Amino acid sequence: MIIEGRVWKFGDNINTDLIIAGKYKFDTLDMRELAKHAFEAILPDFAEKVKEGDIIVAGRNFGCGSSREQAPQVLKALGLKVIVAESFARIFFRNAINSGILALECEGISKAVEEGEVLRVILDKGVAENVNKGVVLRFKPLPKFLEEIFMEGGFIPYVKKNKGIKIE
Amino acid sequence: MDIYNMPLTMAEKILSQKVGKAVSSGEIVVSDVDFLMAHDGTAPLAMEQFTKLDVDRVFNPSKILLVIDHAGPSPSDKVSNIHKMMREFVRKHGCHFCDVGYGICHQILVEEFVEPGMIVIGADSHTCTHGALGAFATGMGSTEVAVGMAYGQTWLKVPETIKVEVPRELKWPLSSKDVALHVIKELGADGANYMALEFVGEGIKKMSMDSRLTLTNMAVEAGAKVGFCPFDKVAQNFMLAERGKLFGYLEPDKNADYSDEITIDAPNIEPVVAVPHSVDNVKAVREVEGIEVDQVFIGTCTNGRVEDLQTAALILEGKKVKDGVRLIVQPASRKIYLKALKEGIIEKLLASGAIINPPGCGPCVGRHLGILGDDEVCLSTQNRNFIGRMGNPKAKIYLASPAVAAASAIKGVITSPTEVFKSDN
Repeated sequence: MIIEGRVWKFGDNINTDLIIAGKYKFDTLDMRELAKHAFEAILPDFAEKVKEGDIIVAGRNFGCGSSREQAPQVLKALGLKVIVAESFARIFFRNAINSGILALECEGISKAVEEGEVLRVILDKGVAENVNKGVVLRFKPLPKFLEEIFMEGGFIPYVKKNKGIKIE
Repeated sequence: MDIYNMPLTMAEKILSQKVGKAVSSGEIVVSDVDFLMAHDGTAPLAMEQFTKLDVDRVFNPSKILLVIDHAGPSPSDKVSNIHKMMREFVRKHGCHFCDVGYGICHQILVEEFVEPGMIVIGADSHTCTHGALGAFATGMGSTEVAVGMAYGQTWLKVPETIKVEVPRELKWPLSSKDVALHVIKELGADGANYMALEFVGEGIKKMSMDSRLTLTNMAVEAGAKVGFCPFDKVAQNFMLAERGKLFGYLEPDKNADYSDEITIDAPNIEPVVAVPHSVDNVKAVREVEGIEVDQVFIGTCTNGRVEDLQTAALILEGKKVKDGVRLIVQPASRKIYLKALKEGIIEKLLASGAIINPPGCGPCVGRHLGILGDDEVCLSTQNRNFIGRMGNPKAKIYLASPAVAAASAIKGVITSPTEVFKSDN
């Protein structure tokens, strides 16, 4: 699988309150509605400008804080399919894969890509390539069953197919 | 040690018992879940995900709790409709339910449901709190809780553990909140990502259950999966008094394998605050003394228990909250509220000028009951000071202990508790 997209760049410790402020999450389960507020406090026009297939590149500990799964789900609702970060907070990482978003840990990615550049992720080869600069980085491969969950489109379709959690 | 023939951490011990063989850090296990919880910020999405699974019923309604605590009493018609969904789900599936005013989910779990050795999955990051009762308790997203509700199982990576030694008993004006903030400062916001924290030593042995729960509650602010205290005499007595049940000790083995060890000890520990906008941005109170506050909030799953309210009342008794400052106090549960009423704590707080919110999460999650205005400053006993956390991205949040919060409410500026109260302790 190859995913290519324009990069939005974020720093370290981007918490889930910044991705989607807690105050909105009690009002609705409509992720498209919630998505209008994504990154509102730090990038007020993000929801308007982000395009289907764009890629988030971030620093360390992306998605720290609250367990709200609305965080990856609003990003999915905005058409994002992959987030490449130096590292992820544990709960967000699970939530992203479970929501059908590819969360890839890639050391050095922050320095290798600038905002607006194009990143190409080649899942089978385990590499992320800055198309503009030709820089290629290797990302940490996902455990096999997590890759399966992503390939099925998230945890719900995976569990339905396997009638539960099956990890060998 | 005897059974598995190798020394185990708390996390390894509990998970080994659960899966019936010795497991060590790094292994991925599929485990039965003993208890699941979700609240009004996460349960609605969990319920929606549950309906997509091909199951009619939850696996065991007696092992599932739904709580309305984050936005109750409802601040809007939209929120009311979400709450209605939860009540309908509970009627259909018969699981435990705590409606508006019962308390914060984590406090209810402590008072009624969690037991040592349990695997507890909560759709809330602060589920890590219940390691203070010797449970392997951790936060996950709504989908994983939905799958747990359907199949009674989850997958876990057995975590590495960082040992946090507190070698001496804490003396006034120090509290376990100060210890927690020192730990987070030392480890950083992701220093314990994927790991467990184990709080041990004489300082923990002497610590009340209320104080321990503050400590383990904050574990996730260093990224930890769960924060443990050994289940010892204090915990045993707590469970006997609270639930009338006797549980054996559950402690880590000597020579268990830790990935790191840190020590939090006097004289290197003093009252501290986390300054905007991250929890690991920790400074001594003396470094920030004099910063004006508009609101002081004492409550939450971190510091809304009887001991916390008692500390605040002790400092505020016979004194007044500074003009122009709002002091909001919110007991973490109805049970705590009643106890604080009977002990005269609430009366002292009210007389000093405090506002008492109904049991629940209140302004910590930014939906109601104390939203901040632009550029306002709040000193809170909660666990997070992220941008926008209390409903306004232009406000500033400082985090501290109930003692620092009460002292600051009296002075109207960030104040050390020793400035306003002399203790013999």
